[in-house]
Order: sequence, then C-alpha cells, then structure tokens
Amino acid sequence: MIPSLKTDESRPRWLRSWGYHAEYYAQTWRGSVASSVLFPILFLTSLGIGVGHLVGQHHGLVDGQTYLHYIAPSLLATTTMQLGEGESLWPVLACLKWVRTYHAAATTPLEPDDILFGKLAWVATRAFLTSVFYVAIIGCFGALQSWWSLTLPFIGTLVALAFSAPLVAYAARSESEASFITIYRFAFVPMFLFSATFYPLSAYPGYLRPVVQFFPLYHGVALARAAAFGEGSVSSQLAHVVILLAMTVGGVIWGRRTMRRRLTN
Amino acid sequence: MNDAHILEARQLVKRFGDFEAVKGVDVAIDRGESFGFLGPNGAGKTSTMRMISAVSQPTTGEISIFGLDPRTDGPEIRSRLGVVTQEDSLELELSVRHNLEMFGRYFDLPRRVVRERATELLEFTQLTERANDKVDNLSGGMKRRLTIARGLMNRPEILILDEPTTGLDPQARHLVWDRLYRLKREGVTLIITTHYMDEAEQLCDRLVVMDQGLIVAEGAPRTLIERFSTREVVELRFASGDHESYFDQLTPFAERVEVLPDRVLLYVENGDEALRELHAAHVAPSSTLVRRSSLEDVFLHLTGRSLTE
Repeated sequence: MIPSLKTDESRPRWLRSWGYHAEYYAQTWRGSVASSVLFPILFLTSLGIGVGHLVGQHHGLVDGQTYLHYIAPSLLATTTMQLGEGESLWPVLACLKWVRTYHAAATTPLEPDDILFGKLAWVATRAFLTSVFYVAIIGCFGALQSWWSLTLPFIGTLVALAFSAPLVAYAARSESEASFITIYRFAFVPMFLFSATFYPLSAYPGYLRPVVQFFPLYHGVALARAAAFGEGSVSSQLAHVVILLAMTVGGVIWGRRTMRRRLTN
Repeated sequence: MNDAHILEARQLVKRFGDFEAVKGVDVAIDRGESFGFLGPNGAGKTSTMRMISAVSQPTTGEISIFGLDPRTDGPEIRSRLGVVTQEDSLELELSVRHNLEMFGRYFDLPRRVVRERATELLEFTQLTERANDKVDNLSGGMKRRLTIARGLMNRPEILILDEPTTGLDPQARHLVWDRLYRLKREGVTLIITTHYMDEAEQLCDRLVVMDQGLIVAEGAPRTLIERFSTREVVELRFASGDHESYFDQLTPFAERVEVLPDRVLLYVENGDEALRELHAAHVAPSSTLVRRSSLEDVFLHLTGRSLTE
C-alpha cells in the first residue's frame, strides 16, 4: 500500500493558488510582457513627445505640466486597468470552461475562495510589479514631482483590482465569451479615451463632467495624477480611493458567490 | 455511519433547478476495493462522482469519506483523494513535467518531493521521454495518462476516475487499465465510472448499475451476470432486417428474447445447442454468434435499453 503522506498545511491555501499563477507566468511571460510593459511606454513616448510637441507650441502647459508629464500618471491607471481587465475575462472563462484547470484545482484541498483569492492576489502582484517598473520609467522622464509618487504602485494595484474583481466574478457566471467583446468595446475603450486621460476634466462642458466622473477609470486617473504631482485635496483623493475600494470589495463578494456556484454545483 | 467503509454515501440526491440528476444513491466502499459505477451517459454518474470527490455538495443525503464529512472537512478529505476528471483539464501550454509539479504544489508538497514524485509518476505512466514536451503535442492516450499521474501526485488513498478511457483507442485503453491494475495491487482504492461494460468487468471487484439517477443493481460483475442473465447469448441477424417479426417464432428457443434494431438476442444456457434447435426448426438467420453473457446484457435486462445507444 502506498503510504499516504499527510500534506503539510502550513502554507495558506490561497497562497498555493497564487503560487500556481506565478509559476505559470514564469513559464509563459514572454508572450505578455510586450503588452503589459512596453505598450504603455510606447504610448507615453508617442503621445507625450509627439502630441506634447504640438501642445507645447500652442498652449505651453496643461494644468501647469508639460503634456508628457501630464499624461504619464494617467497612463499608469489605464495600463493597470487593462491588465486587470485582460487577466479577468477570457483567462477566467478558459480556466472554468475551455481548459477547466480551475475544476482540476477544485479537486485539491483548495476551496473556490482560495482559487478566487489566489487569482486576485496574482493580478495585484502583476499590477504592482508593472507599476513599479512604469513609475521608474516615468521618473526618468521627470514626471514625478512629489513624494506621494511612492504611492503610485499601490494606486496602480488598486485600479487593477477594482476592475479585475468584478470582471472575474462576471466571467465566473458566464457561459460564453459573447458578451466580453461588447464589454470591451462599449465600456473599456470609451473609458480609456474619455476618463480625462489625455486632457483635464475641465476640457469637457460642465454638464458632461459628472458623466466622466461616473467612469471608474476617472478615479484612477485623478488619483495617479494627484500622487505624481502632489496636488489636490486629501478628501477628494480619499473619495477616489473609496470608490475603487468599493468596486474591489463588491467584486470580491460577488465573485465568491459566482465562483462557488460554478465550481461546486 | 459505519467507519469500516472508506467511503459511504446515503440517499444522495443532486438537483440542478428542476432537473434531478441523482435520485437517492446509496453506496459503501471498502478500503482497497475497486468499485464501479456503470451506466449510460446521463445516468447521473458524473454528478455522483463530483459529490463523492468532496467537490460538489449533495442537495440532500449524507456522505462520509475516511470517516469525515465533506461539508466541514472538504480540504482534508481532498488532500487524501486523487481525482481524474472526465476532461483532462491540463495546462496545454506547459510541459508535461510542469503540469505535475505545479499541481503537486496545490497540496503544499515541498518542491523536492514534487520533483521526485513527478519523476516517479512519469516513469509509472510511461511519459518519461515526453517530460519536457508541451502537453498540447501529446496524443489523447498520453494526456489521459498524464491526468492520471496528476491525480496520483498526492499519493491518494482513493483514486476516483470519471470515464478513464472514453475516447481512447484500444491500445491506449489497455495501457491505462494496466496502470490501474498496478495501483489496485498496491492497495489504492479505485472508484471508476464507465459506460463500457468490458471496462467494468475488467477493473471492478464490485459495481453498481446506474440508470436515470438511480442504482438498479449492485454486485460483483460475475454475480450480476449470473443473477440477471443466462450463461450464454446467441446473437442472430436476419436478412429481412425486420427483427421484430421474429419475436414470437424465437420465444420457444430461449429463456428470454431481446429484439434490438440490428439483431435479436436469445438468452440461453447453451448457445450451440440452441443453434442446432433453430436449424432443426428451419429458422435461418443470415448470421449467428454465440458468446458469453456480459454486463451489457445485465443492463439491457434491467432497463430495456442498451448501454451505448
């Protein structure tokens, strides 16, 4: 008889799920590194230097910043949003429906909660590391003007989670990817373009500003910009944080239900 | 619940909305036994397996595995189970070896242990030469063996296999069976679902026949055949193809007659003798075959339907 080696329960179960994602990434990172790290840098140089040149000719500064400096922090928010989104729809449905690796994980000591928390912890890890790298780059461009810039990796992580948590929850209750492309086209692309990412909120007429402020990404952009330049009131930054946290927490609560139903039914 | 059984389930019911997939299943499995769930697709086998793997909760009913309750001790139970799901659910982009090692880490086995076991199990499942290949490039039989190896990473006391050889060619099936025999010899309790009667006969000490969410018979394969069928079966095919019309004419020659769309089955003690009697009575089928009764016949007798229709 094969002696049953009782498994060591020392490492929390969600951490094993996180470790699985990390090892998977270590094996396959080459494919995604371009989109997560190089893409924002290309964007930054193209818009910051190209469009920035035009802006410089006509207006000089945007809210007291050169155009490149102005958009650098907001691109951190859009990058981590895209990271959170990219990790959460198709990949999660693949693990639940096409390749079914989450179902395999569910036959191990892991509970659905562990699978969910491990996933989100991995998204947070990637977002944090991407943010650190990105912040170092924009620091070289001189876009960081305040000690608050040190919070930027955390802001990037929060933005990623605010999108990832609800999207994972949504993917876990989806039977097909049909709606994903709609979400991408009609929610993420407009949000990317219109969340005061490339120009100040004041560029919009007054009646449109509340609409823009309704976009979750706007809060990430505003928060990142405030941190980079050390400006804005504490209370308004707190409000941005609360909104992003609420999305994260709401997503986690929803995700615990959808993931459990999907894996244990 | 009786602690003598390694696994025991009472009155398991699983409902999905209005659909009742499992309608009250009782099983008790002993340590070291190889136990089968035989039944056609849709009989409720997979739903039952998911419940006794401590993955899905029964709608009603009780389960005890290793004397533990899946509702409260799911992780502990699953750390001692190996599960081979119907779909391979492997990481296609990763190597064969990585699939095993990463899965082993779910049980929090140290890296050194995971490496050793992966090496050992690759050998056991004859995949050593493919250890560094991407899983995507493996054949169906190799993927299945890898899934079995994965289910053994935690050295389970019970290995649960859902349709282990469905979709495999005969050679690949025999290789899987051979590995399962070895595990059985080493004392691993095997629980297998299948809709192949030959697989059930080959692998199972004892089995239940499931149909439409219920157990319709239980016993050792031989016992079930003796109880529900005759020793031999004569298969007749007639040129006319209208097999139904021969029913009355054939009834006197057998204990029981089953008419299938493509043939007629006569249940008899002695097939050759029955053929001689048919010949003497000028019944002239276009082809005949005498064989021993199988679980297929048991299923047909119990449900009036064929297993693999």
